Amino acid sequence: MDLQIALLLGQDGITNGAIYALLALALVLIFAVTRVIYIPQGEFVAFGALTLASLQAGKTPGTLWLLLGAGIAIALIDGALALHAGALRRMPRILLWNLGYPLVVAAVVFFAKPAGLPMLAQILLSLALVVPLGPMIYRLAYQPLAEASVLVLLIVSVAVHLTLVGLGLLFFGAEGSRTPAFSDASFELGSIHVTGQTLWVLVSSVLLIVALYFFFDRTLYGKALRATAINRVGARLMGISTVMAGKLSFLLAALIGAFSGILIAPITTIYYDTGFLIGLKGFVGAIVGGLASYPIAAAGAILVGLLESYSSFWASAFKEVIVFTLIIPVLVWRSLTTHHVEEEE
Amino acid sequence: MMRRQTVILAGFLGLLALGPVFLPEFYVTLLNYIGLYAIVALGLVLLTGVGGLTSFGQAAFVGLGAYTTAYLTTASDLPSWLAIFGASPWLALLVGLALTAVVALVLGALTLHLSGHYLPLGTIAWGISLYFLFGNIEQLGGHTGITGIPSLSVFGLEVKFGREFYYLIWALLMLAVWLTQNLLDSREGRAISALKGGSLMAEAMGVDTARSKTVIFLIAALFACLSGWLYAHLQRFVNPTPFGLHIGIEYLFMAVLGGAAHVWGALLGAGVITILKQWLQDLLPKLFGSSGNFEMIVFGLMMVLMLQRARDGLWPILVRLVASNDGNAQVAAVPQAEPMPKKPLPQPGTRLLEVKDVVKKFGGLVASNNMNLWVQTGEVLALIGPNGAGKSTMFNCISGVAPATSGEILFLGERVEKLNSREIARRGMSRTFQHVRLLPNMSVLENVAIGAHLRGSKGVVAALLHLERAEERRLMAEAARQIERVGLKEHMFDQAGSLALGQQRILEIARALAADPCLLLLDEPAAGLRYLEKQALAELLRRLRAEGMGILLVEHDVEFVMGLADRVVVMEFGEKIAEGLPEDVRQNPAVLEAYLGGVA
Repeated sequence: MDLQIALLLGQDGITNGAIYALLALALVLIFAVTRVIYIPQGEFVAFGALTLASLQAGKTPGTLWLLLGAGIAIALIDGALALHAGALRRMPRILLWNLGYPLVVAAVVFFAKPAGLPMLAQILLSLALVVPLGPMIYRLAYQPLAEASVLVLLIVSVAVHLTLVGLGLLFFGAEGSRTPAFSDASFELGSIHVTGQTLWVLVSSVLLIVALYFFFDRTLYGKALRATAINRVGARLMGISTVMAGKLSFLLAALIGAFSGILIAPITTIYYDTGFLIGLKGFVGAIVGGLASYPIAAAGAILVGLLESYSSFWASAFKEVIVFTLIIPVLVWRSLTTHHVEEEE
Repeated sequence: MMRRQTVILAGFLGLLALGPVFLPEFYVTLLNYIGLYAIVALGLVLLTGVGGLTSFGQAAFVGLGAYTTAYLTTASDLPSWLAIFGASPWLALLVGLALTAVVALVLGALTLHLSGHYLPLGTIAWGISLYFLFGNIEQLGGHTGITGIPSLSVFGLEVKFGREFYYLIWALLMLAVWLTQNLLDSREGRAISALKGGSLMAEAMGVDTARSKTVIFLIAALFACLSGWLYAHLQRFVNPTPFGLHIGIEYLFMAVLGGAAHVWGALLGAGVITILKQWLQDLLPKLFGSSGNFEMIVFGLMMVLMLQRARDGLWPILVRLVASNDGNAQVAAVPQAEPMPKKPLPQPGTRLLEVKDVVKKFGGLVASNNMNLWVQTGEVLALIGPNGAGKSTMFNCISGVAPATSGEILFLGERVEKLNSREIARRGMSRTFQHVRLLPNMSVLENVAIGAHLRGSKGVVAALLHLERAEERRLMAEAARQIERVGLKEHMFDQAGSLALGQQRILEIARALAADPCLLLLDEPAAGLRYLEKQALAELLRRLRAEGMGILLVEHDVEFVMGLADRVVVMEFGEKIAEGLPEDVRQNPAVLEAYLGGVA
């Protein structure tokens, strides 16, 4: 390996690492607030990328049907609950968000001819389609089990992951997609070639992380999430709804996931099941941070990206073996350093 | 009740035996796969349902069994020492089991002490690693796999067709069911069940939790390996696909869906998932107009609903449907057997426990400073103090949960401050818990029998084969005697979770007594009890004291303590502020100050 290849691999590793870092942040966020180990996070990466690809190809993205279906299911459940409780005042809100919003998005998809729109509009429309699925999944799968043990929630996560992968196959087929780059620009940095998309990935990741920092540090909702993460009961006593906190964290995670997918779709071909491995690598990062520390999780994720990139050079067939075997010593180290409290379950 | 179960079991076995005679080929094949999957799911019942350890990685062990036999029985360029094992699939099975055992022990050593959710994440990690390894090792045929695996022969008879395989698979499955049931109904089985109650309780009863976890992990892995070996010789070829993480997830779903805490739940879950999968794989592609594993969508939704609505799985529901309503409490005969040997009681007046200058620091915080106390036979020493005084810290130091930073703790004249709680329990000190730690789904009798763990010695192999029945009868009889001693006889066969809190605390004392201790450590036994319950508890403790037992009582309830204790030690801010007879301590100004914030 010469310096040039080393630099190239490093660039690759950092680009992927940046995506893993974003996912790691989302995973830490969800775990801290809801105790859910969110295996389906990777599916949002695939859904974001493939929805954008469908729109660009002039097809109706299957995620639209999921949005409509999930909306109807929630409207029925929450509507029935509201009726049962005699709380008719809640009805307009339930109908607006779960039926009205999906229908508006559907109207845009059908009548605005998204294939001809500028890319920014396509991206925004993709996000509008995919991101609400986050809180909807929280409502349907996790909210009824909010008090269950971490292990039960983990099995639910695995089940949701299976369902979403199956739906991904149904919606987008087995073929992969790649979307055009955001810009064709490229630079020579010393002796290495840097593409515009790489810069997009790095700059947007950094911006997103900074935005998250400000959200958690400066806004009321961000502080509410932090409070819930630190002490759920205490937060509830202060009037912070844990359901709201759960939905909000799933919303943010879905946004991060879908946006990550859109960022990397021009770099790698995304298949319906690509998200899982990407998400798990984000996990390795998150676990390095003990599912608690944002900066350590991000650093761990970048390390995973680099490790993957260099091991693909030396032993490309064993790339995944190396990356996933790495988790075990990390888990052992984590498990030894975190003081386990016996009161669980 | 018993007879009815026997009839159902006999009917089931009869139908199984006749199955291939009447059923068309298609159903025999389906039943073969159900059998193969059920063997793996059975391991998960033991691991996840009973032991509380979740694994998504079992498919990797199935792969290990399948690939070992596939490689050994087909490769032509084996070194001669290995070629011997390739001569017969049965020898290859032995190699597979040995290899699986080694891999499971290594993975177990690395991942089993992972706490809480780190363990299942670890199983996902090695599940993926092993899968990619199968697909990327050239000698194993890469992603195309290995073909031309020979058929099996049993006692010279060739097992080649589905109908013949059927008997082999189901015979081995029934053997695995028998072994598992034997294990669960034994001293080792109770130790495994105790894992779910938290390792703190299990260790205090003398259970080596690390060993118990390793045992069930190993058995589950060996079952999976056996299933893989059968699969390879049934299919006659292997490739990596059936050993990936998604299949590992499916195995876990089978166990959870069927009822992860029940042996027969594994068969039920494997049956339902396999039949449903077959049916959905037929139906869904037609429905959606394209091909793919769409059954995942349904399985995922089904699991979410299951976990929301019926977390214990299908088996308990089925049992409730079938079981007659004539009294749910199974009343069995009280176990009778010759008593177990007892440790000789120390001479009256012997100092059982002596705590000398014990200091316990958490970082900079001194939770217990230069504490001294002692307990002798036939007396109740109460350790009291306001909240945060360091009573529980002291208790944890003595019982070996959190070792003291410095100082000496002598038990029967022996230094014990460096020993773990298991070793301390073995020496005759037994404890209860402030927050009751019972196994709510097990009977009172079985719960108490966990306390007698250290008095038995027969191991896992004896338990699997039920060669330990004599010892088992004596252990159960011992547990029954302790239940009678504390006055819970009429609840002996009730579920522990159905008792009132006061009775559960008494049950914990019976469990502690089953260990044959000479010193009882009771952590706030009166907390949350009603007046009459407190009186009954005090009565029991007086009786035990009269029999020569030493009792160390950590308590909040001053009134309860004053009427019962022989001597009282009062703590505040980690230090002893008073010691003496109850009535003296009551008048002590320092104590009044601590409790009442000073007399105005």
